[in-house]
Amino acid sequence: MNPADTTAKPSSLTHAPSPIGRGKFCEVSLTLPSLLWLLFFFAVPAAMVFAIAFKTADSSGGIGSSWTLETIVEVFNFNYARIMWRTVWVSFAVTAICLLLAVPVGYWISRQDKKYKNWLLLLVVIPLWTNFLIRIFAWRLLLHPDGIIRTALVSIGIIPEDVFLLNNMTAVIIVSVYTHLSFAILPIYAASERFDFSLLEAARDLGAGRFRAFCLIYLPGIKRGIITAFLIVFIPALGSYAIPDLVGGIDCELLGNKIAFRAMANRNLPEAAAISVVLACMIAIPFIAFVFGGGRKRADGGARAETEAISRQ
Amino acid sequence: MSAAKGRFAAWKSTSLIVTIFVMIFLYMPIVILVAQSFNESRFGGKWAGFSLKWYEALFNDRGVIEATLNTLYIALTATAVSTVLGTLAAWVLNLYKTRLQKFNYGITYAPLVMPDILMGISLLLFFVSLKVELGLFTVICAHITFCVSFVTFVVLARLQDFDFNLIHAARDLGANWRVIIIKILLPVLGPGIAAGAMMAFTLSMDDFVVTFFVGGPGSTTLPVKVYSMMKHGTPAIINALSVVFMALTFSVALIAQIITRKRV
Repeated sequence: MNPADTTAKPSSLTHAPSPIGRGKFCEVSLTLPSLLWLLFFFAVPAAMVFAIAFKTADSSGGIGSSWTLETIVEVFNFNYARIMWRTVWVSFAVTAICLLLAVPVGYWISRQDKKYKNWLLLLVVIPLWTNFLIRIFAWRLLLHPDGIIRTALVSIGIIPEDVFLLNNMTAVIIVSVYTHLSFAILPIYAASERFDFSLLEAARDLGAGRFRAFCLIYLPGIKRGIITAFLIVFIPALGSYAIPDLVGGIDCELLGNKIAFRAMANRNLPEAAAISVVLACMIAIPFIAFVFGGGRKRADGGARAETEAISRQ
Repeated sequence: MSAAKGRFAAWKSTSLIVTIFVMIFLYMPIVILVAQSFNESRFGGKWAGFSLKWYEALFNDRGVIEATLNTLYIALTATAVSTVLGTLAAWVLNLYKTRLQKFNYGITYAPLVMPDILMGISLLLFFVSLKVELGLFTVICAHITFCVSFVTFVVLARLQDFDFNLIHAARDLGANWRVIIIKILLPVLGPGIAAGAMMAFTLSMDDFVVTFFVGGPGSTTLPVKVYSMMKHGTPAIINALSVVFMALTFSVALIAQIITRKRV
C-alpha cells in the first residue's frame, strides 16, 4: 500500500487533464489514494472496535470466534460506572479551569498593540513545541517530594511535612490544564480578535455595569471561540491516558487507563474494545450537542486543525 | 478612547494579572527542567553545582540513540507519504463539489476529533486481527493515518485562497502542464504544502499514545523511551534527554516559522 501510493501520485498528477475540467475519471483517480488509505486504516479499524466489543476473548490474549453480549454488559457494572463518572468530572474540571484562564488571556492579547500580538501569541505557543511527555515529566520533577515546589512550601510552612503533591487527582488536573491551556487560548483569542469592542462601549453608555456588559455582550460575542476551546480541551481530556498514568495515583484511573490496561498488561482485547465503545459514545454526546444545538458546522475539528496549524507555524 | 481606558481599567488589570500568572505557569516547568539537566544533584530541591554528567551519560546510551533514529525515520516516512496523500485530498476537496467529496471530507475530518487513545486501540485491534506483526511498519502506517487529515486541512486552507484564473490564463497563453506545475502551482502552493509537511513531522515526533499502542520491539521512539524511563526507576538522564529532544523540536518549529513567513 505504502510504496504504491507514493509512486502512483506524481504520474497521476502530471497525466491529469485540466483540473478545471470536471472529468469523473480524473476526480476519482485523484481522490482514491487518500480515501483508500483512510478507509483502510481509519474507517475499517473504527468499525472493528464496535464489532470486537461483541466478541469473546481467547485464552492467548487474542480475539475469539464466537459472539457474546457479556463484555459490553460487564462494562456497565458498578466498577466502570465509577470510572466513567470520574472521567467526566475530571474532564469538566480541566475544561472549566482552562476556559477560566483562557478568556482573560485571550481578551488581554487581543487588546494589545498589533506589533506585540504576534509575539505574545508565539509565547503562548512555544510551550507546545515541547514534547507532550516531556511536559508531563517536567511536572513530575516540579511536584516530586524532593522537588522545588514541595521543598519550598514545606520550608515556608504552608503544607505539613506529610503532604505529597504527586500521584493524586490534583496533580492530574494541574498537568492536564497545563498540556491543554494553549489550545484553549488560541481559539478564544481568535474570536476576541473579531469581536467588535465598540459594542461594549455602547452597553456601558446604555447603563450596563461592567460585569453585566462582560457577561451579556462580550461572552456571547466570543461564543464560537469558547465552544471551540471547550471541544478542543474536553474531548482529548475524556480520552486522556498518559497523564493519569504518570502523575496520578491508584484511584486516579480514567477510562483511557482501563483501555490501555486491558489492551496491554491484562490482555483482553474484547473488553478493551467495549470500554472504547463507551468512551466513543461519551465523546459523541458533547460533539453532537454543539454541532446540532449550536447550528455550527465547523465548531470542531476544522477548528482543531486550524488551531494546530497556528500553533505549529 | 481615553474615556474607554478608565472605563475598562478593571478588566484590563484583571486580565493582565491572569496573563502574567498563565505565562509563569506555562514556562516555569520548562525552565526548571532545563536548569535541572545541568544540576549535579537529582531532584533539584537544591542546586548542587553545574554538571554535564547527565549529557555524557545520555550520549553513551545506545537505547537513546536508537530511539532517536527510529523517531526521525518514522517522522520522515510518515511526513513524505502523508504530505502527498493530504495534498491530493486537499486538491480534490477544493476542486470538486460532488457527493464523493462530501464523503471524502467526512472521512478526512473524523480523525481530527478522535482522541489518540481511540485511534491507538482501533489500529491495535486492526493489526492484531490481520495478524500483522507490531513494529516499525505498523507505527508508520498509524502515523500516516493521523497526519493525512492535518495536512489536508492545512493545504486546503491555502488552496481556498488560490485564484484558478491563473491556470486558465497560463493555458490560454500556451503553457503546458509541466510549466504550470513548476511555475505556478509549486510557488503558490509550496508554502502551504511545506507548512502541512512540517505539521505532519512535528505531530509524528510528538506522538506517544498511538505509537505506544501499535509499536512493538524495535519501534521504540523517543516519547516511548521517555515513558519507559519514567515508569522504570526514573534515571536522571531523562532531564538531559528532554532538553536535547526539546532542542530538536524547537529547530523544526523554527524552520517552519521561517518557511511560512516567506509565504506570498
